[in-house]
Amino acid sequence: MKMAGLEYCGVKNIDGPLVFVDGVSNVAYDELVEITAPNGELRLGQVLDVTSHSAVVQVFGGSDALSPAGTRTRFLGSSLRIPVSKDMLGRIFDGLGRPKDGLPPLVRAERRDVNGLPVNPYAREYPRDFIQTGISAIDLMNTLVRGQKLPIFSGNGLPHNRIAAQIARQAKLLNEDVDFAIVFAAMGVKHDVARFFIDSFEQSGVLNNVAMFLSLADDPSVERLITPRSALTLAEYLAFDEGMHVLVLITDMSNYCESLREIATARGEIPSRKGYPGYLYSDLASLYERAGRLRGGAGSITQMPILTMPSDDISHPIPDLTGYITEGQIVLERDMFQRGIYPPVAGLPSLSRLMKDGIGKGRTRDDHPHVASQLFAAYSKVKDVRALASVIGEEELSPVDKLFVKFGNAFESRVVAQGEYENRSIEQTLALGWDVLKILPRAELLRLSEEELKQYYDQSNTATTVFKP
Amino acid sequence: MPGDTVKQNSNERLGEITRVNGPIVEARHMEHAGMLEVVEVGDLHLIGEVIRVRGNAVTIQVYENTSGVRPGEAVRCSSRPLSVRLGPGLLGTIYDGIQRPLDRIAAQSGAMIARGEKAEPLDTEKSWHFQPLAAVGQRLQAGEPFGEVQETLSILHKIMVPPGISGELLSIAAEGDYRGTETIATLRDADGREQPLSMFQYWPVREPRPVRARLQMAQPLLTGLRVIDTFFPIAKGGAAAIPGGFGTGKTMTQQALAKWSNAQIIVYIGCGERGNEMTEVLREFPELIDPRSGRSLMERTILIANTSNMPVAAREVSIYTGITLAEYYRDMGYDVAIMADSTSRWAEALRELSGRLEEMPADEGFPAYLPARLAGFYERAGRVETLQGSEGSVSVIGAVSPPGGDFSEPVTQHTSRFIRCFWALDRDLANARHYPAISWRNSYSEYLVEIADWWKNHDHNWKNNRDILMDILQEESNLQHIAKLVGPDALPDSQRLTLFTAEIIKNAFLQQNSFDDIDMYCSPEKQSWMMRLLVKFATRTLVIIQKGATLADIHSLPGLERLMRMKSEIKNDDTQTMAALEQQISTGLDALERSLRA
Repeated sequence: MKMAGLEYCGVKNIDGPLVFVDGVSNVAYDELVEITAPNGELRLGQVLDVTSHSAVVQVFGGSDALSPAGTRTRFLGSSLRIPVSKDMLGRIFDGLGRPKDGLPPLVRAERRDVNGLPVNPYAREYPRDFIQTGISAIDLMNTLVRGQKLPIFSGNGLPHNRIAAQIARQAKLLNEDVDFAIVFAAMGVKHDVARFFIDSFEQSGVLNNVAMFLSLADDPSVERLITPRSALTLAEYLAFDEGMHVLVLITDMSNYCESLREIATARGEIPSRKGYPGYLYSDLASLYERAGRLRGGAGSITQMPILTMPSDDISHPIPDLTGYITEGQIVLERDMFQRGIYPPVAGLPSLSRLMKDGIGKGRTRDDHPHVASQLFAAYSKVKDVRALASVIGEEELSPVDKLFVKFGNAFESRVVAQGEYENRSIEQTLALGWDVLKILPRAELLRLSEEELKQYYDQSNTATTVFKP
Repeated sequence: MPGDTVKQNSNERLGEITRVNGPIVEARHMEHAGMLEVVEVGDLHLIGEVIRVRGNAVTIQVYENTSGVRPGEAVRCSSRPLSVRLGPGLLGTIYDGIQRPLDRIAAQSGAMIARGEKAEPLDTEKSWHFQPLAAVGQRLQAGEPFGEVQETLSILHKIMVPPGISGELLSIAAEGDYRGTETIATLRDADGREQPLSMFQYWPVREPRPVRARLQMAQPLLTGLRVIDTFFPIAKGGAAAIPGGFGTGKTMTQQALAKWSNAQIIVYIGCGERGNEMTEVLREFPELIDPRSGRSLMERTILIANTSNMPVAAREVSIYTGITLAEYYRDMGYDVAIMADSTSRWAEALRELSGRLEEMPADEGFPAYLPARLAGFYERAGRVETLQGSEGSVSVIGAVSPPGGDFSEPVTQHTSRFIRCFWALDRDLANARHYPAISWRNSYSEYLVEIADWWKNHDHNWKNNRDILMDILQEESNLQHIAKLVGPDALPDSQRLTLFTAEIIKNAFLQQNSFDDIDMYCSPEKQSWMMRLLVKFATRTLVIIQKGATLADIHSLPGLERLMRMKSEIKNDDTQTMAALEQQISTGLDALERSLRA
């Protein structure tokens, strides 16, 4: 980091992670700053606000041990850049892209601005390629497609990491063997979580295709703001320059948002909901929108951010704003988890927006859209019937409603539940879907067409087909 | 203006940047600059707009990322407010919030939008076949057409005298091919000045284009969505809001409206939303055929894309860019519909900029002028008599994204004061994948009164039938409260019948599958026929059950399953099959009634 530039001795104020420098000139907005602490330690920072003679600098390493008189700042002339190269696969970096695995830094690699540039919507290719994750609750009901951004909304203690690892292990495109990579960004998570992912990648033999950016719970919180940007900058390079299919796993977005709130508060900004800054939406979008495919390009970025909802509240600003930007969400449900169902994917609030174009004829199977729609409709009815049963008792339910209860249990235990190492093909999954639909009377299955019912329902069906209330 | 770099000349007026704080830049030595004037900021010539003037210092909001901009760099004035360029070639194009054509930007700078990129909004090289409509010596008023161009096969583009100019026609070009910037006519105005006219004109986006008069609304904007057309209709020239939490189908509904509503021109604004959604429209619309004109849907559509990762200030202006383009086509006498998805992102952009300006916040951090801005936007909708004396309309449909799906937040609340049609999206319906998830309990339309006459001419029982179905749905909501406590089986047969009929109305009528080739668009004829059939079923079964029939008798009526599937199995114009089904249901009901008497 030795570059030309004036070095300024002393800073005016230090407030949380922010340093206020006076008497500077020719400083650019967003410029990278090298800060030398009184003890000689080097830290990096970024200009957040600049006037003709002063600058506000956000220090990535935190401001502890800095003093107004003994701190020196040097403005480096450009915004934060990290090296990007295929050689970064198999390596571990910190949030700013510096090696953390004891191996030498990449000197010859191209360096790119971590903020990237917005993708021109005209240049995007609409994502449509089905990814088979081998998890029925996802493949059948909330299909993931290549280039999608699909977050996992979880809660503390729920098995989101195991699900993310299972997806990373099993995700494949039907009938294709392609150049793939995983970029993993961890913000504020514990060492054992990072360890779990490393072990899991190692076990499935993909570790050499994984680049990791770790900014763990004991690293300075400001660094978390750059970590996902570093990871996505590399992902963009791998996908759009090298033509690879990249899966980006980001955990945990809640920690990222808290760092953002910390900075906003330190700057004295007017808070919006729950103290988060008003630009939380735009800021999150600047991360999530860095996914997708480009016209005429071979590669893709599929994003799977993980966030833990504070007290399982889906209307909290973090999951709420995320849901408005991402193309659906996989919601984990504590109640199912307590009943021992893995993966505890909530049936109704989970959604994949790109599913409609990634499934069906020529992609998965012709009947897939209708089967999924029927399962959603029936499962939604199950929720009503269960609510009723809890009031009047299951015995008092009408015969049809009893079938719905039976269907609901079968759906959860046979379709949704599966082993952590069980990799189901889409055909197996669809067959399971039809199996449980057969519990219901034919007349209740209005979302399925007559032909589909003839082909899949009427065969070897034993349930009664006439609706007699 | 994007595309028009400020001329470098000796008397250029330069200011100097004094502060950069994200998209907000302050500059001094700007005594020439006026409020809302467009400026170019810094060495990268980023487009910005003056939003505050204090003596010779100004505050500028910049429409591009300001990373790397330094105090001391120059600011150039343009002496012009933020304007759009109007003329043939707008249709079928995708623009960003400040009318930069994204296809040409992609050709220039590749897949990522580079900063400071400029491109002409309209192709200046392309020739259009001009047909004069006026003769030399004729007196022309502002807004009067003096020629026309076949812009697409379905849209005739009127070349109008710009508002504010009128006079005697001194010269006009003969029929032939001309470029948009060429002078094709000259006027002499009242002061004797000569005004050269081309096919292109400018209009400042924040100023509504003038009209002669505002008219009463009378016609429905037909959307092909049954729950809208039948239950909560919008009039041509009306304003509607679609509020809903994430995943309830705002964008899906907006896209369905853009596809099937019977406006002649559609302006679709993706404001702070997903990039892939715009890509989807770009990919899908050219392949879809407009059922009325028989032409590709893209030929009547203009897209404004300011996705969530594009600069926030340009998001604020994209709404105005869109509605100005809509007004321009309205002035030619067209019915235009504009979809703004989502106005909440626009309000949040206001909030973000207001916060950077350190203004005193009102509700939830939004600036105090939020309601005034919303009112100003929605009031640009309307059915009008244009300056040339024809009729045109702009209908505005704004999506609202309330945080946590809570309608009591400021944007939803203020919006509902300025619209008259409210399509509330319901989380439970969306979870059951009942789309469109428009709640029949919380939605309303005040346009029902204005357009009832139109429907009456079409189907004299329309209002009556609609009210019957609505009553059944409302009664069902009430009964559900009891049924949830005691179980539906504890209710008397007549009430269980109401639950059953309401279920049929929901499945067979309200729910609509936008991926089904037949069901994706439902003609008004089919809607009123379906409604008649449902009303017949509802009223007759109620009589029959009071005469002693059981619910099981009604469940086993012949044709019931066909009734449930009529939306997707009977084509819009297949009156024969419709009549046959009606016959089958009637016969079944007759037979059941006879068996009871016997």
